[in-house]
Amino acid sequence: MIPASFDYVRPSSLDEALETLRDQGEDAKVLAGGQSLLPLLRLRLAYPGTLVDVGRVKELRGVADRGDHILIGAMTTHYDIVTSPIVREHCPLVALATATVADPAVRHRGTLGGSLAHADPAGDLPAVARALDMEFVVRSADGERVIPAADFFLDYLETALDPGEILTGIRVPKLGPGWGFHYEKFHRTAQAWAIVGVAAAVRRSNGTIEEARVALTNMGPTPVRATAVEEAVRGAELGAGGVLRAAASRADEDTHPPADLHARPDYRRHLARVLTHRALLAAAGTT
Amino acid sequence: MTEQLDAGVAARQIKESDVLSGAGDGREVGRARRRKEDARLVTGRTQWTDNIQLPGLLHVAFLRSPMAHARITRVDTSVARTQPGVVAVFSGQDFAAEQGSLPCAWPVTEDIVLPDHPPMAVTEVRYVGEAVACVVATDRYKAADALDAIEVDYEPLDAVTDMTAALEEGSPKVHEAGNKAFTWKFAQGDIDAAFRDAAVRIDRTYVQQRLIPSAMEPRAVVAQTDGDSFTLHSSTQIPHILRVMLALTTGIPEHKLRVVAPDVGGGFGSKLQVTAEEVLCLLITRRLGKPVKWTESRSEGNLTVHHGRDQLQRISVAADADGRIRGVKVDLLAGMGAYLMLVTPGVPLLGAFMYSGIYKMDAYDFTCTGVFTTKMPTDAYRGAGRPEATFAIERIVDELAAELGMDPIELRRRNWIQHAEFPYTTVCGLTYDSGNYEAATDRALALFGYDKLRAEQADRRERDDPVQLGIGVSTYTEMCGLAPSRVLGSLSYGAGGWEHAGVRVLPTGKVEVVTGTSPHGQGHETAWSQIVADALGVPFEDVAVIHGDTSSSHKGMDTYGSRSLVVGGVAVVQACEKVKEKARQVAAHLMEASPDDIEFTRGEFRVRGTGTSRTIQEIALATFAAHDLPDGFEPRLDAEATFDPDNFSFPHGTHLCAVEVDTETGATKIRSYVAVDDVGSVVNPLIVEGQVHGGIAQGIAQALFEEAVHDADGNLLTTTMADYLLPSAADLPDYTTDRTETPATTNPLGVKGVGEAGTIASTPAVVNAIVDALRPHGVHDVPMPCTPERVWRVLDQARTTAQSTDGGL
Ligand SMILES: Cc1cc2nc3c(=O)[nH]c(=O)nc-3n(C[C@H](O)[C@H](O)[C@H](O)COP(=O)(O)OP(=O)(O)OC[C@H]3O[C@@H](n4cnc5c(N)ncnc54)[C@H](O)[C@@H]3O)c2cc1C
Repeated sequence: MIPASFDYVRPSSLDEALETLRDQGEDAKVLAGGQSLLPLLRLRLAYPGTLVDVGRVKELRGVADRGDHILIGAMTTHYDIVTSPIVREHCPLVALATATVADPAVRHRGTLGGSLAHADPAGDLPAVARALDMEFVVRSADGERVIPAADFFLDYLETALDPGEILTGIRVPKLGPGWGFHYEKFHRTAQAWAIVGVAAAVRRSNGTIEEARVALTNMGPTPVRATAVEEAVRGAELGAGGVLRAAASRADEDTHPPADLHARPDYRRHLARVLTHRALLAAAGTT
Repeated sequence: MTEQLDAGVAARQIKESDVLSGAGDGREVGRARRRKEDARLVTGRTQWTDNIQLPGLLHVAFLRSPMAHARITRVDTSVARTQPGVVAVFSGQDFAAEQGSLPCAWPVTEDIVLPDHPPMAVTEVRYVGEAVACVVATDRYKAADALDAIEVDYEPLDAVTDMTAALEEGSPKVHEAGNKAFTWKFAQGDIDAAFRDAAVRIDRTYVQQRLIPSAMEPRAVVAQTDGDSFTLHSSTQIPHILRVMLALTTGIPEHKLRVVAPDVGGGFGSKLQVTAEEVLCLLITRRLGKPVKWTESRSEGNLTVHHGRDQLQRISVAADADGRIRGVKVDLLAGMGAYLMLVTPGVPLLGAFMYSGIYKMDAYDFTCTGVFTTKMPTDAYRGAGRPEATFAIERIVDELAAELGMDPIELRRRNWIQHAEFPYTTVCGLTYDSGNYEAATDRALALFGYDKLRAEQADRRERDDPVQLGIGVSTYTEMCGLAPSRVLGSLSYGAGGWEHAGVRVLPTGKVEVVTGTSPHGQGHETAWSQIVADALGVPFEDVAVIHGDTSSSHKGMDTYGSRSLVVGGVAVVQACEKVKEKARQVAAHLMEASPDDIEFTRGEFRVRGTGTSRTIQEIALATFAAHDLPDGFEPRLDAEATFDPDNFSFPHGTHLCAVEVDTETGATKIRSYVAVDDVGSVVNPLIVEGQVHGGIAQGIAQALFEEAVHDADGNLLTTTMADYLLPSAADLPDYTTDRTETPATTNPLGVKGVGEAGTIASTPAVVNAIVDALRPHGVHDVPMPCTPERVWRVLDQARTTAQSTDGGL
């Protein structure tokens, strides 16, 4: 398809970008890697008046170690994240999940900020953000605020970002020692979005699970934490046969999985249970 | 896949040394030459239709029906005409007097319902995507923008989406004449006796889902005129047929119409068509006197490129207790979609003679009913009729084996035509000239490690492993090399199946080959060069191949149905023979010898028993100079030939597939895939390998991934590649490929065609493997594509219904 006409600006600083957004109001859209936005334009599902391309805004790009957390610039590409030694060392779950996104071409253009701001529940990174309790640093011409992941995803493709705001960076807390991670993605082709995905982080100690965090991709209009599972596995002894499976069987509690061409809700529920079990096993290092 | 190879058995690998030295006898044929056309194709330094720029070029965008079935009550283009950059806006009414009806060249029965098919709908639309109006503007974007300003009022009519329901009394009608397009029957032998006397009978229903051909290059058309004559560039497989058909449809005299297929990026049958857009671009150019271009978007293509498959197959097999097949009965519903396009009704007939596969049997009975629905018309798609037939027979043979508790290979051995029995006339009346099913199967079994995998399967079943192993067999054959003109005539096809070639020897001894085939990715420039290099003894590099333009390649039947080498390549050989004969005359004259005493080897004419010789290059120059030629000799070596085959060709092979099915999620993983194909003699192993790989991928895609899905209102839901899933390399296994070579006896090259073989073979191999994995769970079928969700549901149902016989999805 062919997009409708739009204006295009490419500011070279964050302030300039923020001013443009303030002036243009709701009619403007931030353009990051374009991997989600451009398809929407081409299918004429979105008609923004102006695209503000932040690709030249250097301060939005890169990964930094900030002591108790990692700060990832919103414009850091999937590829740069997968290959970042800091990310791999301190938040491997982000690298694991990002490596499953689409294909190399998309990973070289698409960005972490774009994935989160787009808030597609089928995207892999929103669930990871929930599992790791990331914090979103957001700027507008009026100032900066920080939004916790739990408050960021409001609905299908809808976030707490106001028009005029740019997501500048993502803080990923360091979880400390003893954690194992896994992202279990179920999809039909390597390039396709997850039918269901499970992000799991598990802290082990003396053969038991001290703490677990589990978040689900594509099990509702927003990414969800599988709190029932998290509670059920706390203190579980590893190797004690059915405990993990029993806990995982609660993965679909309080979810509202969508129906689409790839799966109906009952199948998604089933997958969530099976995949959560697998993700827990893998994160706990028992597979 | 080396770990699966039995000791001492290694699959054929193409080595660099093959590329350089070939068979080592100096012959070009048989060498794994890299394709000479590829550098320009893969770098895009070529004239794809959409690359064409012309002064004053205008761009066309089509407004397409959002409804599957509706009466058009009003089209208002007045506002659209005032939009920026808009040059003209047309509705169907504007062309009603001159647009004619899109042609169907294959009216399979005398009483077929052949509905009028206006390129742009005038009074009624019958599928989502049918063109109702178009904008011509100064650029593509303005044309697309102005579409929003066209107002169309529709009066909705009922959609007809299900073939079985469409045939019921009282179903809404797609056309006044009803939803049945035709019924075509064919029977041989006493089918009732075969079924009456048989110890076992198995009945199955298989669904060939609708597929959307997805060529790499989208369709594109550029039309231009100098006021008198017209040139149409199109991303088509059939420039020659298109020219004839467009002349008949638009009334532009054939000699005033040039059709060019420049480099074309894939077709798979989807560009074997006379499309609405081609006709309309020509009409718009005629109306405006200006050049126009249209290039489809991918979503537009998913809606409006003709679709493939869409059959409901009821098949029954009767057999003795020892497994001997007695007869096969087929009752087919073939989805036509809303109209009959170029060969729409003929596609199921191309399968009609293939349901007996490689097997001997006493009787055969085939009925096919063509059914109209309010969907995009179907037409040829890689394999066209033969994948459907092969799927049904190879699936049900596996079912028969399961029923009898026999190994599926053993059952096949008992029934297939023995090597010693060739040539063999099948129950369907086709004479298979050659084949060696034993050799191909034995080779495949060895490469696959069949016994070891069966042992692993037993072990997993024993352990009740959540991941089950399945083994699928497909011992296919197909008829290709379309086609003997007489046979086509007897099947009511509107044209012949011959092919034409011209060979021109230039003064410096370089050679131009003019072929009537129209390559769109197959590598004819390379293969034809190899053939000519051997036939005339000139270097491979000295041959150029000209194709695809009706002004330079004036005669041809184009490329489809794995026909190019088998028919077109043979025409090249025959033209070369004529060139050689002429050159022999000149050589004899120059060396003062009798033509009978002239030997020809590797480009050299030599007087037998002497040291006197002339190269073909010397002869070329002497003929050009024409100073000293035999009396009455026309000063040219050039020659043409038109070859019409006596028979089809029958590639065959054995494909074996091992899958791991995760019974918890329903996911299928192809663990190994072995293909041993017999495509007769091989001109270029690298090209054969490429065709086999791509073909298998496309067949696996039908088995596991692709499906055009419509809702109850007839809306296509799979308009993007996020919804219509195509596998990429990452989703496909490594293939182990090998060949046996049993030359065809029906053509001088011994070739059989390889364009469709992989696609025909692989779909049943994969589905057989999945069903084999799940059989202990009570599963007898999984409808295609075998998505994880479907597998899971089938398993779920089989577990709850103890004696389930049907997947029921
Ligand atoms: C073929 C294909 C397959 C894909 N498969 C997957 C997959 O498997 N898993 C997956 O997770 N994703 C997948 N994606 C999406 C991909 O990850 C995208 O990169 C991502 O969704 C969006 O990132 P982007 O940088 O391209 O954002 P854009 O497309 O540029 O923007 C997306 C949205 O976010 C807004 N936005 C972007 N950056 C900011 C910012 N800094 N501040 C405020 N708003 C902003 C934009 O305005 C827009 O609304 C796929 C994409 C393609 C094309």
